[in-house]
Order: sequence, then structure tokens, then C-alpha cells
Amino acid sequence: MSRILTVDNINVYYGAIHAIKGISFEVNEGEIVTLIGANGAGKSTTLKAISNLLHTKTGSIEFNGEKLAHVPPHKIVEKGLAHVPEGRRIFLQMTVQENLEMGAYTQGGKNFDADLANVYEQFPRLKERRKQIAGTLSGGEQQMLAMGRALMSRPKLLMLDEPSMGLAPILVEQIFDIIKELHKKGTTILLVEQNAQMALSVADRAYVMETGKIILSGTGKELAQSEEVKKAYLGG
Amino acid sequence: MEFLSYLISGISLGSVYAIIALGYTMVYGIAKMLNFAHGDVIMVGGYVSLLTMTSLGLPVWVAILLAMVVCTILGILIEGLAYKPLRSAPSLAVLITAIGVSYFLQNSALLIWGANPQVYTPVIEGAVKLFDGQLSITYISILTVVVCVVIMIALTIFTSKSKMGKAMRACSEDKAAAQLMGINVNKTISLTFAIGSALASVAGILLCSSYPTLMPTTGSMPGIKAFTAAVFGGIGSIPGAFLGGILLGIIESLAKAYISTQLANSVVFAVLIIVLLVRPAGLLGKYVPEKV
Ligand SMILES: Nc1ncnc2c1ncn2[C@@H]1O[C@H](COP(=O)(O)OP(=O)(O)O)[C@@H](O)[C@H]1O
Ligand SMILES: [Mg+2]
Repeated sequence: MSRILTVDNINVYYGAIHAIKGISFEVNEGEIVTLIGANGAGKSTTLKAISNLLHTKTGSIEFNGEKLAHVPPHKIVEKGLAHVPEGRRIFLQMTVQENLEMGAYTQGGKNFDADLANVYEQFPRLKERRKQIAGTLSGGEQQMLAMGRALMSRPKLLMLDEPSMGLAPILVEQIFDIIKELHKKGTTILLVEQNAQMALSVADRAYVMETGKIILSGTGKELAQSEEVKKAYLGG
Repeated sequence: MEFLSYLISGISLGSVYAIIALGYTMVYGIAKMLNFAHGDVIMVGGYVSLLTMTSLGLPVWVAILLAMVVCTILGILIEGLAYKPLRSAPSLAVLITAIGVSYFLQNSALLIWGANPQVYTPVIEGAVKLFDGQLSITYISILTVVVCVVIMIALTIFTSKSKMGKAMRACSEDKAAAQLMGINVNKTISLTFAIGSALASVAGILLCSSYPTLMPTTGSMPGIKAFTAAVFGGIGSIPGAFLGGILLGIIESLAKAYISTQLANSVVFAVLIIVLLVRPAGLLGKYVPEKV
């Protein structure tokens, strides 16, 4: 398996707040890797650092063999790294299809129709609503749109920040089914979740974060069995 | 007939406000700041076009083109030098900077061109006479309205159909998310200032052609009125800026004619206050839905 993302001992600060304290992890091609941990552990901060939305003070991030330190955030997606941010952050005043067009912003346009058809096949709900203003979609549909939008950039690695946040259990199931399906089709995924149980059930490997550090790592199965994880994150 | 003539001059004046307001509103939409120097770009457009026609003796179309080019560059420079370094500064700091840039432009004009009002050469002269000469409409007011409508339509098509225009809307909504799409936010903001300033130069030429005196403070009042128009119509909204500008021009013109010349501005602002009391987001403005 070839390495696609290497995070090496990074430190991230918000002013004086030391949010990420020297974490290291990696993602290999074809894997689902999950980063779990309680609210405030530093999961979102880690993804933002990888996307260069936040400055990494020390340490390095390497994607596909290239260091990302001096790549501006808008150039990251071009390299095949897509980030679905926490809270979805779709463009609420634009239509569903316009959101997908923005997802394809860095693509020359020659694959647009095929990619759009792909996303609509994956998310038939979005096709039905393609002319609708995105702000009028339900939470689950907005999450699908956020994921579809990211897929329009043809990512080599898809980073999902809490895709199940605020969704009813049945929709959470649906979102995870989609994640599994994307994985089956060959998409590499870095999944951040508070819903540890669901995340561990789909993950090849997992890391547990606590107050800016990685405190545990292993395969999804191993961690799901671990007493420590059970007690802290799986409700006993 | 008298009423009709006031109405027409109001629509024409309102069209100038609308063109300025479009620039205000686009910049506000994307940079979330009030660019108080916007009005002074109008004045620069006025001087550049006037000097091209008089001092250089070049034809009108060259004057218009040159004014647009100079103002576009000026807009990009203002954004890049004064506002861009403050991208993450508190909005009060940006506001004070914008006022500073406005005074800087006025005082530079004072230094370069002096305080004396100059007589502007209208880009077209003459008028059509209707109803046996009872109603006369100047060509410049017809041109102003036509230009305004064309700009409004062009901007609407640009923002709803073109890739760049859609990227602009995406940046207006959520800059971080736009960056994650691969949109260069700095470049997009710069482009918005460029468009706004080019429009301001056109407004300057039309305004000075209708009211042919030009001095360093010429852009100031129309700038404030256009800002009012943008708020009136709903700041951030393109059709809102258009509607707000036209209505403001009509109200001002009718207030001048039927209430009092001195009170006209007060009437304009009184109407603004009433509208904002009833519709705080302006006529066509909408509250941005909460992010979930
Ligand atoms: N914009 C910010 N300014 C200051 N501190 C922040 C900011 N965003 C997050 N933090 C802090 O950084 C830590 C990690 O936050 P975050 O990465 O959002 O956690 P998670 O995604 O795991 O819930 C928290 O202590 C949080 O309070
Ligand atoms: Mg988070």
C-alpha cells in the first residue's frame, strides 16, 4: 500500500492556545482512516492544518510525496485533497447544481458532465433538487451535497469532518453507507467523527485524539474492542 | 408635464446612484466592508476623462476608456494596499481606513488639480423635445438610464452564469469554503474592486455630464447617497442596489421640486430611516439564513 498522506509531528496554535501538540499519523491509498475524540480534542484543527486553512508552526504534512507547507489553501484541492468541513459549509444561497459546479472549480470542465452524472447517481436526491437553493435542503441532504461537491474535484483523498453531526440515526446510517460505498469504489478517506462507534465500524485504522494529542491508535476492530475506548467513547 | 419632467430627471439621477450603488454593494457583499473611498473614485474618473478631452484633446471614447482603466487600477491598488493587509482586522479598523483612503483621494486631487471647480464637457449634448416642446429630455439623461440598465443586466448575467461570477458569490457567502473549492479568494476580491471602480468611473462621467462642475469633493455626496441607496435596496443585493438607486433619485428629484431644495436631502434620509424601520434588511435584502 502506498502512502498518500503523512502528518509528521505537527504543532498548531490559535494565538497562545496550543491546540495540536505534536501529532503524527498517516493514511495509505485505499484506506478509511478515522480520527475520533471528544469535542475540542483538535480533530477539526488537524484537518484545517492539512488544508492549510491554519498555519502549522512546526512539523510537516506531506501529500502524495509533496510537502504542503507553502501551498496556498486554494491550490490544495487541485492536488487531489478535498476537505468537507465541519458543519458542511455548503453555499446556502446557491442552487444545488451551482454548489456542485463550485466543487469542480479547479477541473478544466471536460469531465464535468460525467462527474456530475456520477454524483447524481450516487445521490439521487440531489438530482431531484438540482435547481433548488441549497439553504432549503434538509440536514441530511446538505451533507450529501457537501460530499458530492467535494467529489466533483476528483479527490485522491477525501477528508470528512463529522459528516454525521446533527443528523437523525437513520440518516447517519445512510451517510455511513455512502462512505462505505465510496471506499469500495476506491476513494481514500480520512474521517473525523465524534460518533466513535460508527466510525470504528467502517475504518481500516483509527487514531484517538485527546486535548491535542493522539493517545491511541490501531485497526478499527482493535480500538472498538479496547476497554479504554469503550469506556471513554462508546458509553461503557 | 412638469411632474413627468421631474420624474425623468429623478430616474436619470437615480441611475447614476444605482451604478455607484452596484459597486458599493458588490464590494460589501464580498469584502463585508463599506468602501467609503468608492465615491472619490467617481471624482477621479471625472478628472481623468475631462483632462483627456481638454488637455490631451482626445476623443470622447478615449476619455471614457482611459477613465475606466485608471479607476480600475486605482480600485485594485486601494484594495491591495489599504484593505488587504486588514483582512482579519476588526471591522472598525477597516472602516477608519476606508475613511482615510477617501480623504487621501480628495486631498491628492486637491493637490494635483486644485480647489477651483472645473467646467466639465458633457460627453453628449442636446435634448429631444416632446409634446410640442413642452417636455425636453436631454440625451445625457437617456444615455444614463440606458447605461445603467445595461450594466445591471450585464452584472446579473455575470454573477448568475459565468464561472468567475459564481465564484464571487461563493466567496461572498463563505470564504473558507470557497478556498476549499480551489477559488483564489484574494484574486476574486481584487476583481470585485476592479469591477466596482470601473463602474464608478462610468458613473463619474455620466454624473459630470449632467451636472457639469467638477471639484475634489464632487464624488463625496453622490457616494453617500449611493451608499444609502444600496442600504435602501438591501446591501449585498444587485437588483436591490438598482432599485434603491432609482427610487432614491426619484424621491430626491420630486422632493426638490415639490417640497424644498434645501430639505431634499433630509427627505431622502427620512425615507431611508422609515424603510429600514419596516424592513431592516432593505427592500430586496434578505437575512442570511443561519449556518447549520
Ligand atoms: N478559532 C479558534 N480560536 C481559538 N481556539 C480555537 C479555535 N477553534 C478551535 N479552538 C480550540 O482548539 C481546540 C480544538 O478544537 P477543534 O479542532 O475544533 O476540536 P474538535 O474538532 O476535535 O471538536 C479546542 O480547545 C478549541 O476550543
Ligand atoms: Mg470539530
